Amino acid sequence: MLLIVCPYCGKRPEIEFTYGGQAHLARPVRPAELDDQSWTDFLYMRTNTKGVYAERWRHARGCGRFFNAVRDTTTDHFLCFYKTGESQPTPPAAAARAPAENPK
Amino acid sequence: MSRQAFSALALIRRGLSGHLGWQKQWRKAEPKGAYDAVIVGGGGHGLGAAYYLAKEHGLTNIAVLEKGWIGGGNTGRNTTIIRSNYLFNESAALYDHSVKLWETLSQELNYNVMFSPRGVMMLAHTVHDIQVFKRHVHANRCNGVDNEWLEPEQAKEFCPPLNIGDNIRYPVLGAALQRRGGTARHDAVAWGYARAADALGVDIIENCEVTGIQRDAGGAVEALETSRGLIRTRKVGVSAAGNTSVVLSLAGVRLPLESYPLQALVSEPIKPIFPCVVMSNTIHAYISQSDKGELVIGAGTDAYTSYTQRGALHINTHTLDAICELFPNFRRMRMLRNWGGIVDVTPDRSPIIAKTPVRGLYVNCGWGTGGFKATPGSAHVFAWTIARDEPHPINAPFTIERFRDGYLIDEAAAAAVAH
Repeated sequence: MLLIVCPYCGKRPEIEFTYGGQAHLARPVRPAELDDQSWTDFLYMRTNTKGVYAERWRHARGCGRFFNAVRDTTTDHFLCFYKTGESQPTPPAAAARAPAENPK
Repeated sequence: MSRQAFSALALIRRGLSGHLGWQKQWRKAEPKGAYDAVIVGGGGHGLGAAYYLAKEHGLTNIAVLEKGWIGGGNTGRNTTIIRSNYLFNESAALYDHSVKLWETLSQELNYNVMFSPRGVMMLAHTVHDIQVFKRHVHANRCNGVDNEWLEPEQAKEFCPPLNIGDNIRYPVLGAALQRRGGTARHDAVAWGYARAADALGVDIIENCEVTGIQRDAGGAVEALETSRGLIRTRKVGVSAAGNTSVVLSLAGVRLPLESYPLQALVSEPIKPIFPCVVMSNTIHAYISQSDKGELVIGAGTDAYTSYTQRGALHINTHTLDAICELFPNFRRMRMLRNWGGIVDVTPDRSPIIAKTPVRGLYVNCGWGTGGFKATPGSAHVFAWTIARDEPHPINAPFTIERFRDGYLIDEAAAAAVAH
């Protein structure tokens, strides 16, 4: 089971959370102007990254809030957690913070 | 090359002579510089595609590249359930094509894949389940797929260990039974296809990872860069399950896939007690008994995308909670081992077997949590698609473009699939 650090509540077990998929997918600003391919990309296409991946989690059985995390999908180690609306931390900083936040 | 055929007589003869003199089942092939076609991924779907390319389309100068060992991915990690009781016409055609091939596969390959049509029973626990399953029964019958409704007592008769009492959280209210469904030996499927393809001249190359896809000026596939050197080919069929997104990204092709861990577990082996396959999507458990005697139990996918081939224990315990309620006499059994595989899931939970936007590049993916049952049918139509550069009528609806054009084959909402 993953240990997830909610930016609002702290370290909690995975069963308190629901998964929200790929992070930083911005809803189109002018949806009416989008063609079918752009809609397809927005709705269905995901990077499905093998490696460092920014994703959303929701602390559903806690504070209820969404936040973002960066995780290595080849090891399931989290690199960092940050609030919705903040930009993704740069990889070196994220890697440096990894040991403290991901005890295993 | 000449190939020893398996038969009862051959078994007796080899048995009397101490089992000496059996051939290797397939050659350890070295990669050649060029092939007419290359399959990426040495699971059941990939090996099967190579077999049908050689057998039915006359393409024998072909290779299967596998980054690990054949059958070491999801082919060797699933719970071996075979059924075709899907709701929509497109799915019923595809999965039933597969069941029909399963029925004669051992004879076709001269290799015992231990196909056992012992019946797959799907349990209903809510009024919604009853309505959905009855709808499935009727839809299946319209498509010539067997499926029948059982009352709880009939379900108990078909599977005596089943608890149909009202002392559980979600009592059994009925079941849908596909008698032609069942199980097969998953490793034997990979080995049987590998042996049969090898006999037709197909090179099976293990420990060979694709690291790049080279394309010509027109954009068509020209060669594969691999961990064992450059391989020239104009046709590449990718059948890489959870790693499909990674392989296709080498050619710049994006797919609507997400890769999740899916776990399974087996108990200690016991005497035959469980006569069929039982699935419950509502309380999330599926179970059968292998010929070795282990209870084979499938859990759900983990919540998050991953490539680790392992998942969390709470997923398994959740499934065992349901198993213990449905089959109280298994409560004191010990589980022997559990493992995970990485499954590639599409938004509509139906596969993609199609040409890609890159000429000469074909993909068979998106089988999600239920690809094993489709192995022969999927391999068969994928080989057709590669050989003729056009889809077989059965896989024609399973394109990448269906997500753009709105022709989803939405088995997810139909709740027929365990996920």
